Amino acid sequence: MTAQLDINQLLDELETGLRRILEERNVTEPAVIGIRTGGVWLADVLSKRLGIDQAFGELDISFYRDDFSRIGLNPRVKPSSLPFDTEGRDIILIDDVIMSGRTIRAAMNEIFDYGRPASIILATLIDLGARELPIQPDVAGRVLSLNAHQRVKLRGPDPLRIELQETGQ
Amino acid sequence: MTAHDPSPHHLQLTRDGQLRHFLTLDGLDRDLLTDILDTADSFIEVGERTIKKVPLLRGRTVVNLFFESSTRTRSTFELAAKRLSADVLNLDISTSATSKGESLSDTLLNLEAMASDMFVVRHSQSGAPHFIAESVTPGVAIINAGDGRHAHPTQAMLDMLTIRQHKQRFDGLKVAIVGDVLHSRVARSQIRALNVLGAEEVRVIAPGTLLPKDVESLGCTVEYDMEKGMKDLDVVIMLRLQKERMEGALLPSEREFYRLYGLNREKLALAHPECIVMHPGPINRGVEIESAVADGPQSVILNQVTNGIAIRMAVMSMAMGGQVAERQQKAERAKA
Repeated sequence: MTAQLDINQLLDELETGLRRILEERNVTEPAVIGIRTGGVWLADVLSKRLGIDQAFGELDISFYRDDFSRIGLNPRVKPSSLPFDTEGRDIILIDDVIMSGRTIRAAMNEIFDYGRPASIILATLIDLGARELPIQPDVAGRVLSLNAHQRVKLRGPDPLRIELQETGQ
Repeated sequence: MTAHDPSPHHLQLTRDGQLRHFLTLDGLDRDLLTDILDTADSFIEVGERTIKKVPLLRGRTVVNLFFESSTRTRSTFELAAKRLSADVLNLDISTSATSKGESLSDTLLNLEAMASDMFVVRHSQSGAPHFIAESVTPGVAIINAGDGRHAHPTQAMLDMLTIRQHKQRFDGLKVAIVGDVLHSRVARSQIRALNVLGAEEVRVIAPGTLLPKDVESLGCTVEYDMEKGMKDLDVVIMLRLQKERMEGALLPSEREFYRLYGLNREKLALAHPECIVMHPGPINRGVEIESAVADGPQSVILNQVTNGIAIRMAVMSMAMGGQVAERQQKAERAKA
């Protein structure tokens, strides 16, 4: 299974998928936003691969999470930074893993507090299914289904690699 | 209600060390103070957006309970709560001379009946927020916005945030606090915070009549001569001369005080050239500080105000977070 998770292969998939979507939608000047932490590493790599000069943004969604009333505030929150105006902009939103869809909901809420983008394209390296909200990536590097004891994690930033862990019982 | 120094360390932390009230800096370690500063840094970024609001406290009710008036502190707490999406109720209650304890309890029962989630308390009596935190319904967070001569922890933390922004560190810093230390709850909290965060030296500069007896035991050195005391300073914090708190003749005259302990350009020139000038406000121009210094290039007084909102957002969201996490854990334990 680890062999199937060659990071470069997945990045190739993402790059190809994103190029296709950008062309289909006639988007010429997209701005990239990565969700901390893994998504930021990917935003860096994909900005370079796609030849996007605009510096990418970093989003920390801690203030927008929907589980504050259960677990409180994430103690390691860092400032978000979007070095461009989101108003009217075509955005590529990137995260390492999508599962429930709640992170992406929080990220979209946060992006709209900076301004109303023209469009958002969602790209995730790995799609684990198990969705709890009607949110789907436009492009995913790989769709995986894990059993209850398996976890997947992106490590980085240099080198980027995907770790598939067996958690025991 | 007890007016002696309260020791609420256990009271303001959850079992796993999260903040659930914010009453004093006593008992809070360097990691927790650093967490507060880091969280506030993230809220500063929120304050720079077009929409300066995050949904953390959406649907929760914050009551600003001010038994002693204050424009700046109350308005920055109000703005902080609103930027966290909370509903805010502002109550200015002047204390009656008799049976304070009793009327306070009654006021609280009424406010709790309105399903409040947080009280921000300012009171002229030391220990009042602590007293409220002890008696309040579990789940309600108490934030100290200044109690008597005891503590003003959010002011001290916004000062620490301002220092870190300008100096990027605490190690090796020489910091002086100048003026009316005796009546200052801010000074006590600042000395505590600077020591915990690792400042090299905390110096108080004041006439003996405006220093508390045990001042060195707070963790500072004492200097009566301001010109000597300004040497090598990285940060100078001026305190407001609390005219309304002066009982008896502690000072010969305001003019004399300004001559000896007022910060003017000449005295500031004795400090490190990059020394920053701070003041918790409101400023008495020409009493503690010369206008040319207060408005000068080394002054960071208005940064302090901006940082006050971010610090209060951090403390409010962390305390509310601690309360909800604790409630959740209790519910889970009850299930198990």
